[in-house]
Amino acid sequence: MLKAGIIGLGKMGISHAAIVAPHKDVELVAVCDTSSLVLEGFRKFTTVRVYDDFKKMIDTEALDFVVIATPTKFHFPMVKYALEKGIHTFCEKPFSLTIREGEELVSLADRKNLVNQVGYHNHFIGTFRELKRLLQKGVLGELVHFTGEAYGPVVTKPKGGTWRSDPGEGGGCLFDYASHVINLIQEIIGRPVRAEGAMLKKIYSRDVEDAVYSVLKLESGLTGILSVNWSDETYRKMSTSLTVIGKKGKIICDATELKIYLKAPDSSEKLDRGWTIKYITDLAIPVDFYLRGEEYSAQIDNFVNDVLNGKPGNINTFRQGLETDRVMELIMAESKI
Amino acid sequence: MKIDKVLFGDNQFFAVNHLSDEKSREQAIRFKDDSAIIRVLDQAIDVGINTFMCTTHDRIANICDHMRANPDRYSNFNIYPGMPYAHKYANAVTELGIIGTIKQYVPGNIFGTFAKGGMAFISKDFIKLMEIFIDAEMKMFRGINTPVIFIQNVVVDLILGLKAYDAFHAYDEYIRKEYNAEPGYITMNMPALLDALNSIGIKNPVICSSINKIGFRMSGGKEIYENYLREKEFRPIAMQVLAAGALRPKEAIEYLGNFPRIESVLFGASSKAHIKETKELIEQYL
Repeated sequence: MLKAGIIGLGKMGISHAAIVAPHKDVELVAVCDTSSLVLEGFRKFTTVRVYDDFKKMIDTEALDFVVIATPTKFHFPMVKYALEKGIHTFCEKPFSLTIREGEELVSLADRKNLVNQVGYHNHFIGTFRELKRLLQKGVLGELVHFTGEAYGPVVTKPKGGTWRSDPGEGGGCLFDYASHVINLIQEIIGRPVRAEGAMLKKIYSRDVEDAVYSVLKLESGLTGILSVNWSDETYRKMSTSLTVIGKKGKIICDATELKIYLKAPDSSEKLDRGWTIKYITDLAIPVDFYLRGEEYSAQIDNFVNDVLNGKPGNINTFRQGLETDRVMELIMAESKI
Repeated sequence: MKIDKVLFGDNQFFAVNHLSDEKSREQAIRFKDDSAIIRVLDQAIDVGINTFMCTTHDRIANICDHMRANPDRYSNFNIYPGMPYAHKYANAVTELGIIGTIKQYVPGNIFGTFAKGGMAFISKDFIKLMEIFIDAEMKMFRGINTPVIFIQNVVVDLILGLKAYDAFHAYDEYIRKEYNAEPGYITMNMPALLDALNSIGIKNPVICSSINKIGFRMSGGKEIYENYLREKEFRPIAMQVLAAGALRPKEAIEYLGNFPRIESVLFGASSKAHIKETKELIEQYL
């Protein structure tokens, strides 16, 4: 059995704890947070040991891996400490507040040959995975355009706030919502290398952006649009989608379905001319424990398997997380012009 | 306590569609007004359905007002509430954090509710906090028959994952004592939940979980679900029987007929014809 610890018990950290604890190959031994209320809850209702100091937890417990789900500004010191102690590390997204710190963590993980993963969970949703496979096979032919979108109802009225309202701490829509979409574009379509025009718009928040709009240019020269808004209450929850247009057709993909339009049939993929719809019911990744979506368990399964094999994997690596941070930096710089 | 064989659900009213975000939007448009929801509920009643199972969504409060105002039509009608409406809290936690969410949603002033010591007091009494949340969510159902009260899967599965089983115990006791109702559990992890409840002495629980021919949202696989449905003692309610629309109603419900222990089926539909068809299939095969 692997021994695990969780640092940061907000929404994501508690959710990770509930997924890690029942995992058949893992024993959740300790959790760490600064909220005495949350720690008291764990002390009362669970058997895990609780800490309010992450260094003490790492030094005291013989952990095989940690999950770090604290606000972004704490990722660097915590990930660094864990890696230096030889502990495999899963870190929530976005990866790092600054590129320099991110680079240091990437090279440290490489040097130590430790398993490292960032929580871009959309890659564990069957529809997005299928989109990547179809694009790699070239079903759309030469690509001409893409649109990456995410909308949801996080900030829907004027309000002061929490750490999420501080632009210096990665609290806005760019880091929280847009990072998911940028990472999907980067890993499924291609790596963005330029932002050709970008806007960070405040809608209800006082200090941070509520919407992100940008034209992104990829390594391949392909351009497309990023459109993200977390102040849109016409959505019940965060809804993320990619639309990719090629010379042979078009695919619209979200977490529930994949709508494929082809100008001519593709016999090797059994796709007709015109529309074909593929549903998540056929594409979901099977999991042993479900909380909020298969993808959250599937990403932990992937990480745990890599730890068991003692070999860093290739989905959502720190390096990929850092690439996404770079794109966010491009967008921030461009938005100031 | 008998549970109705046919339970009418509310996902279609609140733009919950597990197969298509586009479909969700169409539903949100169609059910913009409460009267549209009431019209469909009345159609369900007209074909002989007696129970509405719903989340504690804000708009359900309006439906409850309508029911209280028309006792002749609804006095024998049951609601099985499922709490909480999780997205309300999830979106709030993203923005406000955990303490901020408690402050926003616990009625009155949280520090007033816990007269002495505020937060410090809460931290010693989570069970009391849970009871306050339950009472807040149940307020809208005052005067309406709620013979079974469910906790939603997000909360059930969170407690299950954290192995915080005492919370189940407290919930079970409070619902029986305070509401004179049967506690129910919605889950995406039925076998693990049943084991957990049995381990703390909760016998023969009402468990609502995905049960469908293609194993969609049946964590751990279809086989273990089928074994539990055949061999274990509990009161299963089947949901997601159409696997979000991947199965045709007849084959979907015929499959449920293989498991005599299944007491009821939860389903949602927006047209009278679909409601009637599904109800008749359930009565035929179950």
